[in-house]
Amino acid sequence: MKRREFLKTSGALIVSFSSAASVISAVAEASAGQGPFDTRNSGIDPQKLDSWIRLDANGNVTAFTGKAELGQGMLTAQMQLVAEELSLPLSRVTLVQCDTSKTPDQGTTSGSQSTPTNFNERNLALAAATLREALTKLASERLGMPVDRLAIADGVVSVKGDASKKVSYGELVAGKTLNLTLSRTAKRKPMHDWTVLGKPVMRADMAAMAAGTFEFVHNVKVPGMLHGRVVRPPAVGATLVGVDESSVRSMPGFVKVVVVKNVVGVVCEKPWQAMQAARALKATWSAGEGLPSQDGFYEFMKKQRSRDALAVNSRDVEQTLAASASTIKASYRYPYQMHGSMGSSCAVADVQGGKATVWSPTQSAYPTRNGVAMLLGLKPEDVRVIFVRGAGCYGLNNADAVSYDAALMSKAVGKPVRVQLSRQDEMAWENYGFAYVIDQRAGVDAKGNIAAWDCEAWSVSKGGRPGYNQPGNVVTGMLAGFATPSIEPRAAVEPTRELRNGSNAAPSYIAGIVAGKSGGAGTVKSERVLTHTIASPFFTGPLRSPSRLQNTFAHESFLDEIAAHVKADPVEYRLRHLSDARLKEVVQAAAKAAKWDPRPSPSRSGGSSGSGGSSRASGRGIACVAYEGDNGYVAMIAEVDVDRASGHIHVKRFVVAQDCGPVSNPDGMKNQIEGGALQGLSRALGEAVTWDDRKVTSIDWRTYHSLPLGFDVPSVESVLINRDGVEATGSGETAITVVAAAVGNAVFDATGVRLREAPFTPERVKAGLDAVNTRTALRR
Amino acid sequence: MSALTVHVNGRAHSVDVDPATPLLYVLSDDLGLHGPKFGCGLGQCGACAVIVNGKAIRSCVTPVSTIGTSEVTTLEGLGTPEKPHPIQQAFIEEQAAQCGFCLNGVIVSAKAYLDQNPKASDDEVRQALSNVLCRCFANVRMLHAIKRYQEKRS
Repeated sequence: MKRREFLKTSGALIVSFSSAASVISAVAEASAGQGPFDTRNSGIDPQKLDSWIRLDANGNVTAFTGKAELGQGMLTAQMQLVAEELSLPLSRVTLVQCDTSKTPDQGTTSGSQSTPTNFNERNLALAAATLREALTKLASERLGMPVDRLAIADGVVSVKGDASKKVSYGELVAGKTLNLTLSRTAKRKPMHDWTVLGKPVMRADMAAMAAGTFEFVHNVKVPGMLHGRVVRPPAVGATLVGVDESSVRSMPGFVKVVVVKNVVGVVCEKPWQAMQAARALKATWSAGEGLPSQDGFYEFMKKQRSRDALAVNSRDVEQTLAASASTIKASYRYPYQMHGSMGSSCAVADVQGGKATVWSPTQSAYPTRNGVAMLLGLKPEDVRVIFVRGAGCYGLNNADAVSYDAALMSKAVGKPVRVQLSRQDEMAWENYGFAYVIDQRAGVDAKGNIAAWDCEAWSVSKGGRPGYNQPGNVVTGMLAGFATPSIEPRAAVEPTRELRNGSNAAPSYIAGIVAGKSGGAGTVKSERVLTHTIASPFFTGPLRSPSRLQNTFAHESFLDEIAAHVKADPVEYRLRHLSDARLKEVVQAAAKAAKWDPRPSPSRSGGSSGSGGSSRASGRGIACVAYEGDNGYVAMIAEVDVDRASGHIHVKRFVVAQDCGPVSNPDGMKNQIEGGALQGLSRALGEAVTWDDRKVTSIDWRTYHSLPLGFDVPSVESVLINRDGVEATGSGETAITVVAAAVGNAVFDATGVRLREAPFTPERVKAGLDAVNTRTALRR
Repeated sequence: MSALTVHVNGRAHSVDVDPATPLLYVLSDDLGLHGPKFGCGLGQCGACAVIVNGKAIRSCVTPVSTIGTSEVTTLEGLGTPEKPHPIQQAFIEEQAAQCGFCLNGVIVSAKAYLDQNPKASDDEVRQALSNVLCRCFANVRMLHAIKRYQEKRS
C-alpha cells in the first residue's frame, strides 16, 4: 500500500477477513493529534486496535511497535508477547518496528522503558489482550459456550473436554468488521499460563546475523543511490570560513560539495570516492572556542555557574553530622565516556519532490522525522522515517546526526544518498556520557549506624536527544544552525515533589522524605541530595545508565567506605540500612549465590604491604541499586585479583541477582546481564574520552580504550528472581549500573586501596598501592 | 577505474573500480554482501574481516588489487541461515550476539585461527581475538561458542 493511502485508512482497524489479505475499511479519521505518546502528526491512532495488531484470514498476525530491536532482544520478546496473548506459535507472528508510516508513535526506544511500556497492561500488550478477549467472545457466541469453558491453542478456540467443537481465528473473523479500540479492562494472561513468554526463546534474528545475511542500515541500497561523506570542523566551536570546491571537482565520481551553514559534505558515486574527496576537500575553518584543560577538569566543573536541584533535604544534615560519633567524607570522579558504537553511524535518505524518506538506525523514529522535517523545511507528514537496525548504540550515538546529514545531502543533489561516518567523525562528535564529580559525607552514630548522609554532585550537559523539536541537540543540527539549548544557571529550591530517584541521584540508603512521604529505599532520615549541572564543552547524551551509573558508583563505593570505617560486613551493612524489600532480596540472593563470606573489608591480607605477601591480592565486593528508584533491582558481587606489581585488576567472577518483575525471556535477560556486566567493566577499567586545547583526541580504538573480545573474561552468573504480580520493568541498564562500585569495592577488599576515580587504570591502582604501602611503612 | 576480477565465495566477479579501493567496499558496495562491515576503516576492530588464503584479513585496509586471484571467503560464504556452518551453528546455539554488528569479525577471525591452530588453548584463542571488538560485550557467549566449535571440529 502506498503511504498516503495508508494514512487515509489507518486508525481504522478492523479485523476483517473476507479475503486472504486483511481488509482495512475506512472509518472516520481518528483525531490523531493526541495519545499516550507524543502523537502529534502521527496518522496512527494508538487507541485503535489495528494500529497495533492485525489478524489475517489465515489466522496470522502482524503487530506494529514503536519500540525497536537494538540488540537487546526486544524484537523477539515482543513477538513472544503477541504470540503468548493470542496463543499462537511464534512462526505466525510478524512484527513491524518503528516506521512512521506504519507504527504508532512510541517516542524513543530508550531508558529501559520498552518493557514497562509494552509488556504491562498498556499499548502493545493491551492490544494483544484486547484482541484475545474479542476473539474469545466471538468464539463463545459461535460455539454457544461460556468463555470459561473455552481453551485456545495455536489460533484455534475449542471447548474444554470436547476438542471436536472448535473454531479458528480465521473462521471467527471471516467477513466481519471488528472496529475495535483498546479495551481498558483487558487482562494479560497470567504468568502461570505462559507457554511462549517467560521461556528462553531463541532470537528471531540470530541465524541471519550469524550467517551474515541480516540487513543492517549499512546494507540498505536504493536505486540511483549516491554516497556522501561529511567533513566535520577540525575543532570544537570552529565555524566554516570557506570551501574550495575546485580541490575535489576533478576527482573520480565527484558529484557535489554540499554546504549548509557549517554542515559540509561531499557526494560521490561510490563510497571510496566520497572518502577520498572528503579527505581532499580544502575547507577553511575558524579556530574554535578552545577547551578547558583536561587536567583539572573536575575542579573546573565545581567552579562553573550551575543549574542546581535538591532532590531531598531534611535540613538537619549539618547538625546531625556535627552531633555524630564520627564522620567520613570522600569525593568520586567519573569521566566522559562514549557510546563508541562498533559500526560508525549510517543512514540513507531520499529527498525529492518535497517528500523525504529516511532509512535510519535512530531509536526515535517520530522525533527524528520531525527533526529531519525541520532541517529540510518540510512538514513532518511529508517525511517518512523507516527504522533499520544499526550497530549497537547504548543510548545516543550519531544515528540521528547522520540521518540529518543524509537528508541534507540528498536534498542538495536530488537523489538518494547514503552517508556513513568515519570512525573519527563518529567518536569526536557524539553525545558523550556525562562526566561527574560527587562529594559524599556521612555521620555515624555510636552504634555504627549511618545517622546522616549528604551528597553533592556536579555534572555536565549539552544537547542530548533531539526529541521532536531540538535538532541542535546533536552535532549536525547544531552545525546546520539550530540552537543547542544552554544550561540556565539557577539556584536550587527546596524539594516539594515526591522523590522518584529516576537518575539515582539519591543513595539507596536514605529515606528520601519529601513533604512527609518517603521515596527512598533506605532508612537514613537526615539527608540531603544536591545536584549541580554545568554547561559541557562537548555534546552529552544518555549513555547506558545515564547518571544512574555515575551516581551509583559514588553511592555504593561510599557505603562501602562507611562500612569499612565501622568495621562492618558490606552485605550486612547494606541490609541494615535498606528498607526496600525487593532491593534487600537481590542483595541476599547475590550473597547466597556467591557464598559471600561475612566479614569487614579489607580482608586480613588486604592493605598490608606487598613486601612479604604474594604479588596477587584477592578480594570481593558488592554493589546494588534500585534502578531509577523502581525500574529493576540488581545486586552484583565481583571477585577480583589485583596484581600488586602492575596495578592490573583481573575480575574473575561476577554474580548478579536481578528482579525485574515477570521475566519475558530469561535467556535474553541473561544476555543483557552478561553484556551489561562486561560493558560496565570496560567502562570501569579503561574508557575515558580525552581532549586537547581544541578538540577531542579519542578518535579511534587506539585512543579510546575498550576491552577487546579476547580479554581475560570473568564468569558471569545470573540469578533471576522471576516475580509475578508486579509490573515488568527494564533490564538493559541494571547490571551495568553497579559494576564500577562492585569492582572498586572488591579492589579495596583485596588491597585496602580505595578507587575514587574511574577508570581504574593500572597506574591509578599502582598509585593507590604505593600510598597504602607508605602508610603501612609509617605505622611500623 | 579499471576492470578487475575478484573471486568471492566460489564465484568470479568482474568489477570496475579504482584498484586502490579497499576490498571491503568492493564486497559491500559492488557485490552487495552483508557479512563484512565497515567498523573503523583502520583495521582496528575486525568488523570487515574476510578469509584469504586461510587467514583472516582486514578488508577495510586491503586494496582490492592486492588480492589477485586469491579466493575471498566472507561470513555468508561459510553457510546460510538454513544450513549454517558449524561455527555459525555454535553461535546460534549459544545465542552469542546482541546487536550482531561485530559477528562477522568474531566468527571469521575465530574460524580462520582455529582452522590453522585446531589445538589452541583457551588463552591462545583469547590472544588471537585480542584485536577483535564486540561493543555489546557478548564475550562470555562468544567464547563459549568458539569453544563449542573447536571441540566439535576436532
